[in-house]
Amino acid sequence: MNNVWIYLAVMFGVVYAVRVLPLLIRKPIRSRFLRSFLYYVPYITLAVMTVPSIFEVTQSPIAGAAALVVGIVAAWLGAGLFPVALCCCGVVFLLELFLIP
Amino acid sequence: MKRLSPFVRGMRDGVPIGLGYLAVSFSLGIAVKNAGMTAWQGFVMSWLGMASAGEYAAIEVIRAGAPYWEMAIITLVTNARYLLMSFALSQRLDPKLGIGHRLLIGYSVTDELFGISIAQETPLVPRYCYGAYLVAIPCWATGTALGVVAGNLLPARIVSALSVALFGMFLAVIVPPAKKNRIVGLFVLLGFGASFAASRLPWISSLSSGTRTILLTVLLAAAAAALFPIREDADE
Repeated sequence: MNNVWIYLAVMFGVVYAVRVLPLLIRKPIRSRFLRSFLYYVPYITLAVMTVPSIFEVTQSPIAGAAALVVGIVAAWLGAGLFPVALCCCGVVFLLELFLIP
Repeated sequence: MKRLSPFVRGMRDGVPIGLGYLAVSFSLGIAVKNAGMTAWQGFVMSWLGMASAGEYAAIEVIRAGAPYWEMAIITLVTNARYLLMSFALSQRLDPKLGIGHRLLIGYSVTDELFGISIAQETPLVPRYCYGAYLVAIPCWATGTALGVVAGNLLPARIVSALSVALFGMFLAVIVPPAKKNRIVGLFVLLGFGASFAASRLPWISSLSSGTRTILLTVLLAAAAAALFPIREDADE
């Protein structure tokens, strides 16, 4: 295993640059492709990170799948960040009471 | 009624965000522990990172013992949305605002803190951000450390339930725009499907999950941008 502190330094260097450079450089991005690309990236990367990990972090993959469905429905109905997270936790807890005796 | 100072208003608006952060970062702390990191490392990571998806991806990189350059690329990809947010935020600042304030405001552009900052009058008063940051950042870092420590103490079924909180938050970020914009919705579904397939198919499943995330995100976002470029007036 490599050094955790070096990993964290690399992570901080990149994430801080991403956040602060646009505040320093005041020129807007002109390329339509690049603007579109940057627009789509956050949603796609979050989707890619959610599946299949959500099936793997719970004790039962079925509970993870249920959390995915419930989370999508709750967010679709307009629930905020915290309530959606709570709904997902709740459904996993309840289902695993039956699935994992 | 006396008008609150921007700093105090920032702190007030930071409280609900901080409470949410405390809960979600607890779930992040469980992932930190599973990667073999200490509570102190989790605390520092969250204090510096201030990102749910970005830190989660970083934890996967550390757990896999992947090369440092992979950490740089995955951090860039998973945090690319902050680039957009900071561009939007830069339009709200007083053009004469000094570099010191710009360096500080940039420290903690997150989905939620960006959300409340962008809702303020233009030009944005930096002290409003600082008030909110001062409440939200310690909550995020402390929650992560608590997750590492208490992940050991809590029963397995509680840990199992809490570990999906992070993904719940991801869903809360992606579903509303997917509902409004069919193209985003389509590519979110493609992202789910492609990522699931990639974890099962030969060759690609042998890549680290971080590399798979980079590959799939870049491929799908490039396809979306080429096939369905956004309208020029659409800023967000």
